[in-house]
Amino acid sequence: MTLSDPLDVPRPHAQLHFGVFFQGVNHWTIWSAPDSGSQIDPASFRQVARTAERGLLDAFFLGEGLRLREVDGKIHDLDVAGRPDAITQLAALAAVTRRIGLVSTSNTTFNEPADLARRLSGLDLLSEGRAGWNVVTTDNAWTGANFRRGGYLDHADRYRRAEEFLSVARALWDGWEDGAVAPEVGAPAWSAPGGVHQVRHRGPQFDVDLAPTLPRSAQGHPVIFQAGDSGEGRDFAARNADVIFSGHGNDFDDALAFADDIRRRLRAVGRPDDDLRILPGTEIILGATEEEAQEKKRWIRLQQVTPATALGIAGPLWGIDLSDRDADGPLPKEDPVVSENDSSFGARRIADPRAVVAEWQAKAEAYGWSLRETVIALGPQRGHVGTPSGLADKFAHFVRHGATDGFNVTPHLIPDGLDDIVDLLVPELQERGIYRTEYTGTTLRENLGLREPLTHRSAPGRRQAG
Amino acid sequence: MSGPALHLAVEIDGDGAHPAAWRRAAHSPGQLLAPRRVARVAAIAENAGFTLLTLDDGVLPPGAAPDPVGRIGAVERAAFVAASTSTIGIAPVVPVTYAEPFHVSSQLAALDHISAGRAGWVVTEEERPEAARAWGRPRVDDAGARTRESRDGVEVARALWDSWEDDAVIRSVATGRYLDRERLHYIDFTGETYAVKGPAIVPRPPQGQLVVLGRPDRVPSAQLDVALVEGRDLASVATAAAAAGTPRVLAEVEVALDTPGATAAERVADLERHTAWSDRGRLRHIGTADQLVAVLVELSRHVDGVRLHPLVLDEDLAVLSRLVLPALSGRRLVARPLPGTSLRSALGLERPANRFTAAAVATQEDAR
Ligand SMILES: Cc1cc2nc3c(=O)[nH]c(=O)nc-3n(C[C@H](O)[C@H](O)[C@H](O)COP(=O)(O)O)c2cc1C
Repeated sequence: MTLSDPLDVPRPHAQLHFGVFFQGVNHWTIWSAPDSGSQIDPASFRQVARTAERGLLDAFFLGEGLRLREVDGKIHDLDVAGRPDAITQLAALAAVTRRIGLVSTSNTTFNEPADLARRLSGLDLLSEGRAGWNVVTTDNAWTGANFRRGGYLDHADRYRRAEEFLSVARALWDGWEDGAVAPEVGAPAWSAPGGVHQVRHRGPQFDVDLAPTLPRSAQGHPVIFQAGDSGEGRDFAARNADVIFSGHGNDFDDALAFADDIRRRLRAVGRPDDDLRILPGTEIILGATEEEAQEKKRWIRLQQVTPATALGIAGPLWGIDLSDRDADGPLPKEDPVVSENDSSFGARRIADPRAVVAEWQAKAEAYGWSLRETVIALGPQRGHVGTPSGLADKFAHFVRHGATDGFNVTPHLIPDGLDDIVDLLVPELQERGIYRTEYTGTTLRENLGLREPLTHRSAPGRRQAG
Repeated sequence: MSGPALHLAVEIDGDGAHPAAWRRAAHSPGQLLAPRRVARVAAIAENAGFTLLTLDDGVLPPGAAPDPVGRIGAVERAAFVAASTSTIGIAPVVPVTYAEPFHVSSQLAALDHISAGRAGWVVTEEERPEAARAWGRPRVDDAGARTRESRDGVEVARALWDSWEDDAVIRSVATGRYLDRERLHYIDFTGETYAVKGPAIVPRPPQGQLVVLGRPDRVPSAQLDVALVEGRDLASVATAAAAAGTPRVLAEVEVALDTPGATAAERVADLERHTAWSDRGRLRHIGTADQLVAVLVELSRHVDGVRLHPLVLDEDLAVLSRLVLPALSGRRLVARPLPGTSLRSALGLERPANRFTAAAVATQEDAR
């Protein structure tokens, strides 16, 4: 990559923001290495959060899945699985961290606004203004079997419910006026008369009526994150989110196209186009030299894509159970079977399996790859590989050209997978003037450089949050 | 009775048991919601030697409508407190009248992991009709229906805690399998109002099953580890305890103690000028520390422990830790929990076998 003059770019003073995504479930988290720790032991969470804070990261993220994944009616047994409830875990981390944001992925389909808004405000107060909420909608029906409401919502209704959910949550967070809580010992009343408002909401999705339980936090509201890639998801983000957790962070052109699309959508709803941070999830693999980094990547991929995982990825593509084949042998000779009924819950769906299989077969033949090598080379790709200095240049390029505002790093190893990034990459970014050298604020909203919550932009006399 | 006879629990929600307790608190109202305050009260209870602290909760704000008091959710406070304490048991109040049992089960299992096995659960009910309006759900308004929701909610949570066997995570490098799916179980619960499939998303809690506490007239005693019994006098507490039918019984005791600044009666009278301390049918002690010790000695013949509800935490907790707990431990009537013990072992309860493992063993034996 040729590097332009750092000042001759669209955003010469842009700062890069990092989050760390403590992944719950997927094959990218290596569990078989000798130094891979527990996914559930509180010490693992503490260590990652503290490393992140040492590296001045903005946020510590937890994902959510409300039913164990299944393939063909059987629980998927190859990947790390089993995780704590996110808000509960983050409330514990609030006690042992000081500056890092604590972001919970919590869906709007299988929660109720009064309950979730209250839990998130509690986290926000316990962390003194460091809570974030990654609003997801749950894209499948099978999760409903674990909840009172059962069933599920189709795509359009899920975002309608999410939007209405969020507006109820915001009304609750705004229900206590600033200064509603008596500031002094011996006050005549705990809360100022009339300072707490009853929230009444009648809508197609919710019919609720309640007094909120908590005042606003140091950052006003939890910071709103959004993850979801459809047009509806992006519009929802443009209307509501402070941060997007995207999947567009590997390729510069793809990331820039996504960011431009989001900026268009922001302008369309009347928000300035720097009103929102885009943090794609990504894996970062570092080596002292380019060769060493590539060597490390090869080792990591072999750990991630075990023979069983390779067969597990290829099986749904072919539409055939391949679990008794040899992953280190040649590709299956069969043509793919395309079935209308997908019995894989939580596994990926493939748009056009025949075309993908044809490409795989051609390339494997040309390079003499085994099935496993083919899955590694052509299966889901992710991340950035290089030296700390090379990647710092690359990331500076991404950020200064407005392709992203940073990254949400997904370590391949728990709990040490973030150490390299903090110890080797962060200093290089700092040298380039693209990464903070100390926390700029005490709240998540301040550290992300965000304005005050959307509901409070024009209200006169409000305290500035950011 | 030989050996330590009383397990002491303390309820630390808000500023104390009296609805006007905040008026005698040593801090301003807003400080009630500050993390430092939450951690400090828990640290005092732990240092005093209590076995367990409980945190009251509900979807509605405590305090009467014109003067609401703020309250952070009990599970969130419990998790925060778990990370800043090391030996005391921690039991949030979580009603399942309207809540999703799947979420409740995950939250509590997470709390047990976070606290390394010190978690409990006080099951209560959302009785006020406004709670249904807050949840946006049809009212569950007769006592029988509320009991049904509690029973089903506890049943689902307990089944989910067993839905991962203890050794379900196998990390078998040879076969590439992280889980042994034979050791994961669908619970396939079907109740009168809902069904839950399972398995849990949280691996089995360290204690196997959290310690479940509740009123035996509200939750079937077969589902409780600890009954919380009430009665205005010793005789009725003793009767309730004898009828509880649970492994352990704790008596609910409201306490207001003499402090260096004011007598218990003066302190109660001061708060009664603002709001009444409503009679919930619980034993209430208003008096000196010594008298309280005598009451507790008497109670120790009938129950396994007590849950104390101090009038004002900032005042009564100090007297409890300076005078009452030392006097009881001087008589070898209480023992402080040891670092590294689970709440179950602190209460002398066994770690329960997993129902699914037990069922598999039974089937094998039948086949022989
Ligand atoms: C980077 C990224 C991370 C996500 N993480 C989660 C998650 O942890 N839990 C979840 O239920 N959904 C997660 N989602 C799914 C989305 O929230 C959304 O439900 C799904 O993508 C369907 O919406 P869409 O059609 O707009 O993409 C994630 C999506 C993206 C792009």
